[in-house]
Amino acid sequence: MMDLHLPAWAIWVMLAGLAVFIVMFIIILRRNHGVKRSMFSTPYALWMIIFTIIPCLLVAYYAFTDANGKFTLDNFISFWDSNHEMNKELANLGFDPAAMGFTRGMVNISTLVYSLWMAFLCTVICLLIGYPAALFMAERDFKLGATLVTLFIIPMWMNFLLRTIAWMSLLEDNGLINTLLVSLGFSRVQLMYNNSAVLLGMVYNFLPFMVFPIYNSISKQDYRLTEAAMDLGAGRMLTFIRVTFPLSLPGVVSGITMVFMPAVTTFFIPRMLGGGNTEMFGDLIERTFLTANNWNLGSALSLIMMVLILLSLGLLRKVDPEGEGGSMI
Amino acid sequence: MSEEPRMIHLENISKEYNGVTVLSDINLYIRKKEFVTLLGPSGCGKTTTLRIIGGFEYPSTGRVVFDGKDITTLPPYKRRVNTVFQKYALFPHLNVQDNIAFGLKIKKMSRGEISRRVDKMLDLVNLNGYGKRSVESLSGGQQQRIAIARALVNEPEVLLLDEPLGALDLKLRKEMQLELKSMQQRLGITFLYVTHDQEEALTMSDTIVVMNAGHILQIGTPKKIYDEPKSAFVARFIGESNIIRGTMVRDELVHFSDMDFACVDSGFGENVPVDVVIRPEDLMIVGEDIGQLTGVVKSVLFKGVHYEMMIDTGDFTWKVHSTTMQPAGSRVGLSVVPFNIHIMRPTKEDSAK
Amino acid sequence: MRKFLKRFYLAIVLFFLYVPIAVLIILSFNAGKSRAKWEGFSLTWYAQLFSDKAIMNALYVTITIAVLAAIFATILGTLAAIGIHAMKKRPQALMMTLTNIPMTMPDIVTGVSLMLLFLFTKVERGYVTMLLAHITFDTPYVILSVMPKLKQMNKHSYEAALDLGATPIYALFHVILPEIMPGVITGAMLAFTLSLDDFTISYFTTSPLVQNLSTLIYSQARKGIKPTMNALSALMFVALLILLLIVNRRSNKAVDKN
Repeated sequence: MMDLHLPAWAIWVMLAGLAVFIVMFIIILRRNHGVKRSMFSTPYALWMIIFTIIPCLLVAYYAFTDANGKFTLDNFISFWDSNHEMNKELANLGFDPAAMGFTRGMVNISTLVYSLWMAFLCTVICLLIGYPAALFMAERDFKLGATLVTLFIIPMWMNFLLRTIAWMSLLEDNGLINTLLVSLGFSRVQLMYNNSAVLLGMVYNFLPFMVFPIYNSISKQDYRLTEAAMDLGAGRMLTFIRVTFPLSLPGVVSGITMVFMPAVTTFFIPRMLGGGNTEMFGDLIERTFLTANNWNLGSALSLIMMVLILLSLGLLRKVDPEGEGGSMI
Repeated sequence: MSEEPRMIHLENISKEYNGVTVLSDINLYIRKKEFVTLLGPSGCGKTTTLRIIGGFEYPSTGRVVFDGKDITTLPPYKRRVNTVFQKYALFPHLNVQDNIAFGLKIKKMSRGEISRRVDKMLDLVNLNGYGKRSVESLSGGQQQRIAIARALVNEPEVLLLDEPLGALDLKLRKEMQLELKSMQQRLGITFLYVTHDQEEALTMSDTIVVMNAGHILQIGTPKKIYDEPKSAFVARFIGESNIIRGTMVRDELVHFSDMDFACVDSGFGENVPVDVVIRPEDLMIVGEDIGQLTGVVKSVLFKGVHYEMMIDTGDFTWKVHSTTMQPAGSRVGLSVVPFNIHIMRPTKEDSAK
Repeated sequence: MRKFLKRFYLAIVLFFLYVPIAVLIILSFNAGKSRAKWEGFSLTWYAQLFSDKAIMNALYVTITIAVLAAIFATILGTLAAIGIHAMKKRPQALMMTLTNIPMTMPDIVTGVSLMLLFLFTKVERGYVTMLLAHITFDTPYVILSVMPKLKQMNKHSYEAALDLGATPIYALFHVILPEIMPGVITGAMLAFTLSLDDFTISYFTTSPLVQNLSTLIYSQARKGIKPTMNALSALMFVALLILLLIVNRRSNKAVDKN
């Protein structure tokens, strides 16, 4: 029915691996020391080594080597100065790149800065829209709260590419909004192909990830706490500032994580809603790998991304050590 | 009890977790039809001992012998013992009947036989007609009974009970203590019972094993352990007691609270520091002029049957139980008969403060 | 008044979330191809959908991969969760870190790293590689759904089963699995929907010859999406909605029972 497209050795390795799993499993179950359940996770551990650890190591390997497999830091220098390779070529040919007006290329750095800035804006907007929404839904006397939370999940089932494309049909020059405006006697507005459109698409996609954790952490709170605060003389506003909000911080932190992380690496949304005018880091990585076919630079960019994410996660863990409120569904 | 044959023998059992010794050199035998209680504070190793017998842990060194056979590394499902777990561990996805039948089904017993035995067990634990109920709908006491039924239906030769009454309220606990004891006598099964409640141990057991910090401190009948504690720790743990530092002047004469007292212990040597233990009910309140010691009543508490008074004699505050009350602030005399003065060698880890 | 404002606010936010979806569904009934003009109600796109080979192939790939990946991930993840739960602290922490890596890694990095693995080992990308990738990103979610159920379980349940004569495998199937079943089902559903919706990782781990719906949409995006795609996604959306209702109904029943 389908062609496996696998070299023979890969099939043998897979079969051998399967055989090892089965034999191990039988041995474990036959052993008198039946209490050792920890062995059940061995297949998973092996799986993760092959499909997570090794691929990560490969990324690191490619990032630190050139096309010939020799160790180099050129990829990181290219990240800093996107003209590095070209200038090197020119120098090899006996030209002086500086004299020719070729200076440091800012493409990669500025893409990263732009991505971080957009992700930051997206996170802030999601927080500003999402927090009140979560707060109102988590109110104890609001019976529909739990149902509304489900309503926040459902849109995510529609393919996210299609949802983004649906925004295009709304925002286009001949799109629904403009058609509406024209029929009401206004003039057309350029809604697409700018930062705001990209931001809109991002907020639209990531808003639910901000709402759930905050909703979880607020609705988990003991309602008697707010009653106690009011009993002690705090008004509505003060109760919120002094009790509800501080207690919801773990949820806010994981909401920020869940929005910011994917937002930095957004890919596709800027390409569609921003047209060719904007490029984010995700698109840059994709383009470097698949269009420019430069695995080494692409790996270096991925590695930089990974390190950035890990660093910011480490920072957030300090604020929210339990990682609570993180459960999505 | 001594005529019954030995059922379980623990030989030089030690257990370490990551370099921490939780049991060291445990030697213990349990006779057939005996009710043995492992008693000690939490972390003393009593539950680990039970788990080694149940087969959930293997000792680092030593052997477990069951009916003459070495079962040290035999897995739990091949041992002829059953366990009643702390907090019962009933299977929430099965109803009462299926919980009890769990072991019988594994033995591939016929359906008729299973239901006959389950009914018999429900009868034994006074829960007739509860077979179809979900275990989560039962009260703590009822769950407890189901857990016992689930273990007993397999007709184990030894029943291991790990603090089975710990989660019940006081009244229910007292009832269950009597019920367990009578059940054990009726069925003639060996019970190995783990608890930190000394009263429970004293009420139910044929033999009490007092443990602390991975060691066995004393093995004996409840009466023997209460009356003749071997160390200050045992004395303090079993019942209430006054423990004071003293000096053994010579055989049958001990010095404490600036006084010499006659006693019945000997063999400690002369002028040796010892711990002196006197039970609160063994101190008699007498007139100020005829007491061996005199002191002031600091506080009085009514305990239902007796009064508990704290009496300060200057160097020590004695806990005294008496059926007659002396008002706080009054001066009284205290006296004690030689037989009730228990002398013990102070040990490093449990010397009196 | 205060209450009304709050409700109004929620209504606006939800409106914002549902507008594009409503647009998609409405467009799927539009007789014309236009994305802006209403040219009358018609079911042509639904009729054409089933004869569109590319879409039907992509649907087949998407669903079979989602089902297979969910099954594999559920087995692998459930066993792993049971094992990790029984571990001592140190190895347990190590395994949980290993589980968290793919969840915190951006999709694009996961996709790229798996692509490098396949390029490096010269395994041609296609159906199998996409399946392997999906199993990889699904499994941690299964573990995270099963773990809380294991923690809720009485820690002596397994021992009680062994004590009553059950072998470890009997205890696994008759005690542990029934008790953690709700978590296993949640994990399987989560794996299924994640896999159904994935674009980024699939994009890097498959070839243009084997497309799932997301990569197909991506390849068509520049030329303009055919309304048949709208029809398909409307159908899938409704199917998932019904699935959710059924699951909710069942879990509500289960709650009532207790």
